[in-house]
Amino acid sequence: MEQVVFFYFALVIAAASVLVVALRNPIYSALALLIMFFHVAGLYVTLHAEFLAAVQIIVYAGAILVLYLFVVMLLNLRQDDRYHRQWPMAGIVGATLVIEAIILTVMKGWTSPVVATGTETTVGATTNAGAIGDVLYSTYLFPFEVASLILLVAMIGAIMLAKKDIGEC
Amino acid sequence: MTELSLRLAVSFAQILAEMSIVMITVATLTYFERKVLGWMQDRMGPMEVGPYGLLQPVADGIKLFFKEDIVPAGANKAMFALAPMLTMVVSMIGFAVIPFGPNLTLDIYGMTIKPFVVADINIGILYILAIASIGAYGIILGGWASNSKYSLLGGLRAAAQVISYELNVGLALVGVLMLAGTMSLVEITEAQSGGFWHWFIWGGRPDGFFPIHTQIFAFVVFVISAVAETNRIPFDLPEAESELVAGFFTEYSGMRFAFFVSAEYANMMLVSCVASALFLGGWNAPYPGTIFEYVGLEQLAWIEHIVWFAAKVYFFLFMFIWIRATLPRLRYDQLMRFGWKVMLPIALANIIVTSFTLYFFPR
Repeated sequence: MEQVVFFYFALVIAAASVLVVALRNPIYSALALLIMFFHVAGLYVTLHAEFLAAVQIIVYAGAILVLYLFVVMLLNLRQDDRYHRQWPMAGIVGATLVIEAIILTVMKGWTSPVVATGTETTVGATTNAGAIGDVLYSTYLFPFEVASLILLVAMIGAIMLAKKDIGEC
Repeated sequence: MTELSLRLAVSFAQILAEMSIVMITVATLTYFERKVLGWMQDRMGPMEVGPYGLLQPVADGIKLFFKEDIVPAGANKAMFALAPMLTMVVSMIGFAVIPFGPNLTLDIYGMTIKPFVVADINIGILYILAIASIGAYGIILGGWASNSKYSLLGGLRAAAQVISYELNVGLALVGVLMLAGTMSLVEITEAQSGGFWHWFIWGGRPDGFFPIHTQIFAFVVFVISAVAETNRIPFDLPEAESELVAGFFTEYSGMRFAFFVSAEYANMMLVSCVASALFLGGWNAPYPGTIFEYVGLEQLAWIEHIVWFAAKVYFFLFMFIWIRATLPRLRYDQLMRFGWKVMLPIALANIIVTSFTLYFFPR
């Protein structure tokens, strides 16, 4: 049962990702991306990472992709504008990645499966949201704060860019 | 395998019951809104169909069902059909995590089910936020696929508005989450048992009376943002009649139009349910315990709980209509300024104040 669910999600993720770059209409591409986000969230749910799944949908599907759609509709992009004949390059890179993936899969088949080594942090919280909070504010406090600092810098940069335009007008 | 199929059957029955409750409430709401608006404007409201116009929702349903389904010539057909479905589905599935009644458990053939909540998941609030954020897609796609300038402008306005105000909704809920220490709506409601002053709008502690953890600011921010997120007057800029004809559903007719309208009512109901469950104690009565318990009918206490929950939800729904009858529409820049410069700082300040009070006066 879990195998079936996993392969369904994996298949749809792969197919939707291909459609994102292959479709001609940017709106359809965005919708394919939306389908992909949902199935990635589904994959998280099968891993019992419900918090991650919900955040995936709220942040990516609910905020970022809506802004993408917003821009695409406002600019009213013509369908062929964004294509610069990148297929040969994409083919080379894609083929390399596929060969790598096959090699890695085959090699992984020969090694014994990874067992828990005890290095994972054991957390006391009962829900996975609580567990993420515990770990984020204790073990990974420094990376977490650095990430928030980077976001703050990006935010200030955006405000500066927007403000400059108004001043010059 | 029989256990799985039994579980599926039970879930299916629950979903069916829940959906019928929502749809019946939506139908009632259309009547209720016109009647209340009528009374507030010194009119009678619908009076023709049935006694006191009670059959008006049925008549409206039949009319919309038999209307011609018009698709504009330049419209993107697939997206045009998808948008109302998406809006409708998204507005319905949010109810899965709402606890309509007490946290009872029933045992059927060794299987534990909760009769008053379809899915008690541990990320209930996040689920609702995620669903609400998906709701914008139906509106944007509907506006874009209609191939009409009014629709497109309405859809874009809706997108900007939903994103801006969703932030405030999420931040307003953080204080409640800190008080309850959980994201499951069932557990949050249970944490507010014990009477009026224990509701999170006051946040009184079990031992002390003084409501130091009060979430009343978060409550106000949440309610205003909820009105904005459901695109109701005075925040109904996506469908402002005087500027955009009917906004994103200008080109829709028949059942597709009905889908958009019922989705709006269902969204109103959903935010009312969330507001009652998070701030007003959900199914808890304003006095400790229940009257049925005092007179020795514990097994019927759930009726009282459900009645209280329904009363709170209908209070909010009435408030939505009341606001509609009272306030004029905001201008677009006023809407954005209000959302980002007034509501957001209040919500952020509420989080800081709540965390300080919780640190110095733990519950």
